[in-house]
Amino acid sequence: MQKRKLGRGVAVVGAGMSKFGMFKDKDSKYLFFEGFKECLESVDKGIDPADIQAMWLGNFTNDFFVHQGHWGPIIADLIGLAPRPVTRTEGACAASTLALKDAAYSIASGMYDIVLAGGVEEMSKCSTAEATEGLALAGSPYESQLGFTFPGVFATISTAYFNKYGATHEDLENITIKSHNNGRLNPKAQFNVSIRDIMNSRIERARKKGEPVPTWKDEKEALRDPKFNPPVAWPMYLYDCCPISDGGSCVILVAEEIAKRFTDNPIYIIGLGQGSGRALHDCPTLTSLEANKNAAKEAYGMSGLTPKDIQFSEVHDCFSMAELIHMEDLGFFKEGTAFKAVNEGYTKLDGPMPINTSGGLKCKGHPVGATGTAQIYEVWEQLRGEAGPRQIPNKNLRFGASQNLGGTGGTCTLTILERR
Amino acid sequence: MEERLFNDISFKQFLNEEKLMGSRCKKCGALYFPPRPICVKCYSSEMEWVEMSGKGKLAAYNYTYVGPPAVIAEGYDRQHPYCAGVVEMEEGLRAVARIEGVDLTNPESPKIGMPLKVAFRHLGEGENAKTLLAFEPL
Repeated sequence: MQKRKLGRGVAVVGAGMSKFGMFKDKDSKYLFFEGFKECLESVDKGIDPADIQAMWLGNFTNDFFVHQGHWGPIIADLIGLAPRPVTRTEGACAASTLALKDAAYSIASGMYDIVLAGGVEEMSKCSTAEATEGLALAGSPYESQLGFTFPGVFATISTAYFNKYGATHEDLENITIKSHNNGRLNPKAQFNVSIRDIMNSRIERARKKGEPVPTWKDEKEALRDPKFNPPVAWPMYLYDCCPISDGGSCVILVAEEIAKRFTDNPIYIIGLGQGSGRALHDCPTLTSLEANKNAAKEAYGMSGLTPKDIQFSEVHDCFSMAELIHMEDLGFFKEGTAFKAVNEGYTKLDGPMPINTSGGLKCKGHPVGATGTAQIYEVWEQLRGEAGPRQIPNKNLRFGASQNLGGTGGTCTLTILERR
Repeated sequence: MEERLFNDISFKQFLNEEKLMGSRCKKCGALYFPPRPICVKCYSSEMEWVEMSGKGKLAAYNYTYVGPPAVIAEGYDRQHPYCAGVVEMEEGLRAVARIEGVDLTNPESPKIGMPLKVAFRHLGEGENAKTLLAFEPL
């Protein structure tokens, strides 16, 4: 295990995120403002924004979805940070965890004491085909040139996993149902409704319109109805896939020795890990992401923890299948067994290892560049006991984690946070 | 053929010529598909071209119903999916490819492990000509 540590400790003292969703009337700048506003307000003892010394901004698609590059200074100017430095990080859907990591390093190095790390993305104003093509730009060119989409890559991984371990699509349905049950409790989520809620509203709508009323007996039956849940890239169906979203998020990081100036409940960054992966044809196996394993090795090594110490985690469930792979790669469950743990309720909000209490990307939404720091926002809320109706019942939360993925595994990160 | 650069441009030119080419390190013998210009095992850049047999087995696949614009232009849509997958080639390397000649109305019909052989699907003409790497049942 690697034992590299930060040169000095880093704490999160504020976190905020916009509501995620598809917004006609909100652009990327406005969404970042919403997250920034909440972030400032979340600092218990207050903070003067003039004291923020530098900023890191994660953003992936602005150049081709919004046709505007160089987004860092524009966002820095928006929040009054100019002329202080801003650096834009690009790690596809892991962009803002890279921002967080470099921001933390800037404090650890002794260069700065108070910095902002965040991310923003505006994706909903282009067509599904354009969005699919744009996101696939973060995949391997060998794959995208053949027409592999992101759902297509994870669908391909699914068939390999099913074949190797005997799992079926039914196992993935339990992930979707769990995500929606959590997302229902998250006011920031794009889909804050359960599958049952969606079924009921479809039934209601059919009744009102005088159309044939669906007769699903439970959620799984609805999820197997192609009208309710059409295939996107078999075996990934619509409800296996996260939506296209707009949103912004950010966190304020400070040097550990001054953290109590801002709050009596800082959350400490104790593990930062990252890895890079190869194209699908070059992966050692088709059922695991080596970038994840490297990220885990770094983050566990830095924190001195093992997977058993992690009490809950956000993982990058861009697709239901991805949630299974991540839980195994990070060591929460043995390879080939995570689907059984899901079926037994281990990963539910009140289970022994809650996963994606926010509703995950599936329900919270996935404005790609904003996702990493929005995951940190969830872990921060849970560790501070501020997650409201979706608060994990365990009163002794100390260690939470957040795993972020870029592309189809080209970049993976693991961040471990601690409440002391 | 030995004079071509070990890169994706050459790889695609070979596909246009219906050749499935990888590179081999002259120093340690490591084999790469698609070709690499430098051996990532011994870091020699003395490479040579190797033609793959084009035989393999299906390792994983998907049926894509919502494709990007370039594939929609080929005529695929929600009612007409295409199959793409990973092939375990007999040389021990994997290739990503379109999987053709399978029942596109039934995504459960292809069997993992089924034997496949290479097929080259030529699209476009003149300067827009390109060749998709495809495999089909043997």
